[in-house]
Amino acid sequence: MSAQGGRVRRDPAPGPKEHDGPVLKVAGLTKSFVVHAHGDLALPVLRDVALAVSPGECLALVGPSGAGKSTLLRSLYGNYRADAGSIRVHHDDAWTELVDAEPRTVLDVRRRTMGFVSQFLRVIPRVATVDVVAEPLLRLGADPAETRDRAEFLLSLLNIPQRLWQLPPATFSGGEQQRVNIARSLIVDYPILLLDEPTASLDAGNRDRVVELIGQRRDAGVALVGIFHDTGVRELLANRVFEVSP
Amino acid sequence: MKPLLSAKRLTKRFGARVACQDVDFDLWPGEVLGIVGESGSGKTTLLNCLAGRLTPELGSVTYDSAAYGTIDVHDLSEARRRLLSRTEWGFVNQDAREGLRMGVSAGANIGERLMAVGARHYGDIRRTASDWLSRVEIERDRLDDRPTTYSGGMRQRLQIARNLVSEPRLVFMDEPTGGLDVSVQARILDLLRSLVGSLHLSAVLVTHDLGVARLLTHRLMVMQGGAVVENGLTDQVLDDPQHAYTQMLVASILPV
Repeated sequence: MSAQGGRVRRDPAPGPKEHDGPVLKVAGLTKSFVVHAHGDLALPVLRDVALAVSPGECLALVGPSGAGKSTLLRSLYGNYRADAGSIRVHHDDAWTELVDAEPRTVLDVRRRTMGFVSQFLRVIPRVATVDVVAEPLLRLGADPAETRDRAEFLLSLLNIPQRLWQLPPATFSGGEQQRVNIARSLIVDYPILLLDEPTASLDAGNRDRVVELIGQRRDAGVALVGIFHDTGVRELLANRVFEVSP
Repeated sequence: MKPLLSAKRLTKRFGARVACQDVDFDLWPGEVLGIVGESGSGKTTLLNCLAGRLTPELGSVTYDSAAYGTIDVHDLSEARRRLLSRTEWGFVNQDAREGLRMGVSAGANIGERLMAVGARHYGDIRRTASDWLSRVEIERDRLDDRPTTYSGGMRQRLQIARNLVSEPRLVFMDEPTGGLDVSVQARILDLLRSLVGSLHLSAVLVTHDLGVARLLTHRLMVMQGGAVVENGLTDQVLDDPQHAYTQMLVASILPV
């Protein structure tokens, strides 16, 4: 796996929960897919990936389509199972290893430390938009009324009309669903955020709003790793790039 | 923290046929474990062994009971196992008729569980039963009706209310949405999802429906021919299946 790019910009970013040095450290990460239905065909994707991300940094994963950017991001979240290597997350003032971790360890890291903004919202039947957004914070035991206020605030920041808040997002447009998804991922103040094309299906106005919200998190000391195909978005958010090569 | 339920090398045969073999796992408090696989893969047999309804040939199941400490489920007397299954456990059957008493009213079906955990005041029992009826989206004025007058979906919701009213620590569910039409299924899934979250339940859920598993469970065990061939975090098993059988199951889902 090839060179880490130079630092483009470094923000001072004195975050509320400042931690010296990286909060996410990856070493020797290797991942291949084995397709059993096709004679155990092995498709190697990542080989010996190493990276580290500190608070206030936004690392952009770059490389051609098919290079393994999404595979890397999903492996960091434990959604894909790494073959080898180490993914360590600063969690509860200690390092937690995610490769080969127990499911409950990964879930605990996901609940409190590491958020993920995926490209698509996985709709839950019958659940109202405001409750979809509130759920990750409620799960942490937050006050229901305050959580609801916060969910409504995020929805209004993201230009989701109030008349839609009580409806399940199943019938919303792609851009609306993506903004609901972003609101859901930002309702908890995760110290680490993984972003998979957070502005892919948004118009210019909404894209700028999402970039502003994510930029605020970075400046507040969140460590970000993202895939941004839109070079304008990448230049605004990333202060470092990581080249993923097939 | 201790596991709530532990299975060690659990093996059950019916004659020469192996129904489940060498099953090992720990269920931790607050976890929802899904057991998936095709019909005949041994899921329901395993669930029945875990809940003490079937006796395995080999292996053990231990449960960390609030009342008795750590106990071996298959060493319990029948009376104590029944008490446990009315107080600390719930069991939601695929066929609600097996989990309900069809000859008595809905209110009595719910109230019976409350009395098992010590409720005695008739007015309180009736009020709680009525609250739970509305919690599972059944009109309160159906409290005195027998489940024979209910639709399939209502019976399943009544069975869920009967099992959860006593706030059990551990619930076993066998295809809780099997055989119901999809709109009814969505309603029950939504209900189970919110109840599991708000009551901090631990559960073992058997299903052949990977969509149900994705929505309700934290982790999955995939069974084939009585053996566990893969286990892990639910989204990881479904999005990056490792075993040939799991890959085949995931690839067989029909897109909508």
